[in-house]
Amino acid sequence: MNTTTNSGPIRPNDYSAYPDADGRFGAFGGRYVPETLMPLVYQLDAAYRAAKADEGFQAELGGFLQHYVGRPSPLYFAERLTKHYGGAKIYLKREELNHTGSHKINNCMGQILLAMRMGKTRIIAETGAGQHGVATATVCARFGLPCVVYMGAVDVERQKPNVFRMNLLGAEVRPVTSGSATLKDATNEALRDWVTNVHDTYYLIGSVVGMHPYPEMVRDFQSVIGHEVRQQVLEAEGRLPNALIACVGGGSNAMGLFHPFLADEGVRLYGVEAAGEGVGTNRHAAAINGGRPGVLHGSLSYLLQDQEGQVTEAHSISAGLDYPGIGPEHSWLHDVGRATYLTATDRDSLDAFKLCAELEGILPAIESAHALARLDQVTKDVGKDGIVVLNLSGRGDKDVATVAAHLGMDI
Amino acid sequence: MTTARIDARFAALKAEGRAGFVAYVMAGDPDAATAAKILAGLPAAGADLIEVGFPFSDPMAEGPPIQRAAQRALAKGMTLAGTLDLVRGFRTGDTTTPIILMGYMNLVISRGFEAFARDAAQAGVDGLIVVDCPPEEAGPMADALDAAGLSLIRLATPTSDDDRLQTIVRRTSGFVYYVSVAGVTGVKEADAGEVAPHVERVRNASGLPVAVGFGIRTPQRAAEVARVADAVVVGSALVDEIAEAVEMNEDVTKRVLSKANSLAKAVRAARTGQTAV
Repeated sequence: MNTTTNSGPIRPNDYSAYPDADGRFGAFGGRYVPETLMPLVYQLDAAYRAAKADEGFQAELGGFLQHYVGRPSPLYFAERLTKHYGGAKIYLKREELNHTGSHKINNCMGQILLAMRMGKTRIIAETGAGQHGVATATVCARFGLPCVVYMGAVDVERQKPNVFRMNLLGAEVRPVTSGSATLKDATNEALRDWVTNVHDTYYLIGSVVGMHPYPEMVRDFQSVIGHEVRQQVLEAEGRLPNALIACVGGGSNAMGLFHPFLADEGVRLYGVEAAGEGVGTNRHAAAINGGRPGVLHGSLSYLLQDQEGQVTEAHSISAGLDYPGIGPEHSWLHDVGRATYLTATDRDSLDAFKLCAELEGILPAIESAHALARLDQVTKDVGKDGIVVLNLSGRGDKDVATVAAHLGMDI
Repeated sequence: MTTARIDARFAALKAEGRAGFVAYVMAGDPDAATAAKILAGLPAAGADLIEVGFPFSDPMAEGPPIQRAAQRALAKGMTLAGTLDLVRGFRTGDTTTPIILMGYMNLVISRGFEAFARDAAQAGVDGLIVVDCPPEEAGPMADALDAAGLSLIRLATPTSDDDRLQTIVRRTSGFVYYVSVAGVTGVKEADAGEVAPHVERVRNASGLPVAVGFGIRTPQRAAEVARVADAVVVGSALVDEIAEAVEMNEDVTKRVLSKANSLAKAVRAARTGQTAV
């Protein structure tokens, strides 16, 4: 189907044809990296394409996803949340039940197998909340590779349990004090490491961000989420859902859920950005709703920046969404009108966190709680006979101290 | 396209039979007024070309010295417009020393390629290096720079094989910047022996002079590289002088220019067998 939207570019006939050979999703994406990295980026692209086409690689990955990660994750009918909102039927895709407690491990497992296939002997990663760092440290432990995780000094302080987890898994966590000492600075530092250690090092990026081919590759590894949902919802309901909803920082859990449904125009796609203290304030992390296109960390995408183009600091209660950029494919889906990007504030997310705990007996990650917070709107949009699938991308055990602090409790 | 000042300077250096000394400073470091004084003093201190960094919040290819320089400059309110003002001021006293701006893509995109190229040319800029813009992403920017008569200076690196060099040197003019180490600025040390064959490769592929930078901190190292390259770039070592002078409450301009002078003397003496002072 080729429809136009009220504004912006024409929708493509075939979403699966993107990115193009230059790594572009429409105007977004690309490879904005220092020249030293360009040959490595091409090597990675070639190695990924070969692995993607190799049935042996896919079978090996499938085996680890089943027996080590614990896939498939359940698609669970959230009866009490459904009743609470009084609209569409709500299903939760239980990514928080994966090994290490979030969807991050899907991508890490894919990339570590690729890194070994490429003969790389040292793994580096960036992390914000620590979920990707823990998932990376986990696969490095499993396959016996040394692992260095860059983490903003501010995040090291507010996510101490995850730092300790990474250490237990044998990873070295390097606190980053440059810039604002958060996720964007950790990413800068990881890129600096990569450009310095080009011969043996594999950079395991944790979201659908960065230079081509990372946005495509991470999306592909996370698409196992959407493929399972498709099969599971057909089994449960005999039809496709009316809407999918997921939180978006860099956007990997959302992209993994959305991608297998992009061609199904009847399935509405909702991403939820972190509005922090409000998109009207300067303390939020909503790149699409509060930013404009710019280049950071290798790709052109929506970005929080000042008038001149200096990147501004993101703010969110959720360290995992606390990033000034967003994956380029999301920027494109927004511009062509295929997906809708909503926002949820810190407050909205705390309320949703409590509601999910009380009604369903599930502590969601504070990241995922941003998506839960917009079930009010989405279940109404879809209506009573509809079906909504929400990606419960992570578990909230890591967030209990943050939540307690915001509720004014001492634990 | 005119690359008059850059070409004239390299022709003069060739006639003199010596390598050029390229000084890198960050616009607005430690503040706009001091940076203007440093800039004005660099030619007399021996800088043959000057690279002026425009500060960016997320300089992913820089080591700690230049990262901190950018933070100092941003903290004092330096902008891209302010950087162009600095160059404009410099040009009132010097019309021959080439000025190359060096920075990151987002500020250039944000200003718009045409507006950037026009404003930079009017301010007296001669060339541009965009660290995170490989040839694959440079097309529209190169068009705008061509139209304004500015050189797009390209980076070649230890990871650039002969095939890659062909891509790198397309649409470049002025000179090629050879990044002597795989890494960020100002951390690893360059090895003149390792650099020499690469300089030759880049020269052959481009037909242009080759400046070598990243990892040259001392007069001795600068002299070694000056024997094999057409120009030697020093940045982090100069920027470190600024940081130290600020910290010790010393005369920043005097200290930076003195360091620049010792590097320039070493570069000038390198091929005559004289000992660097």
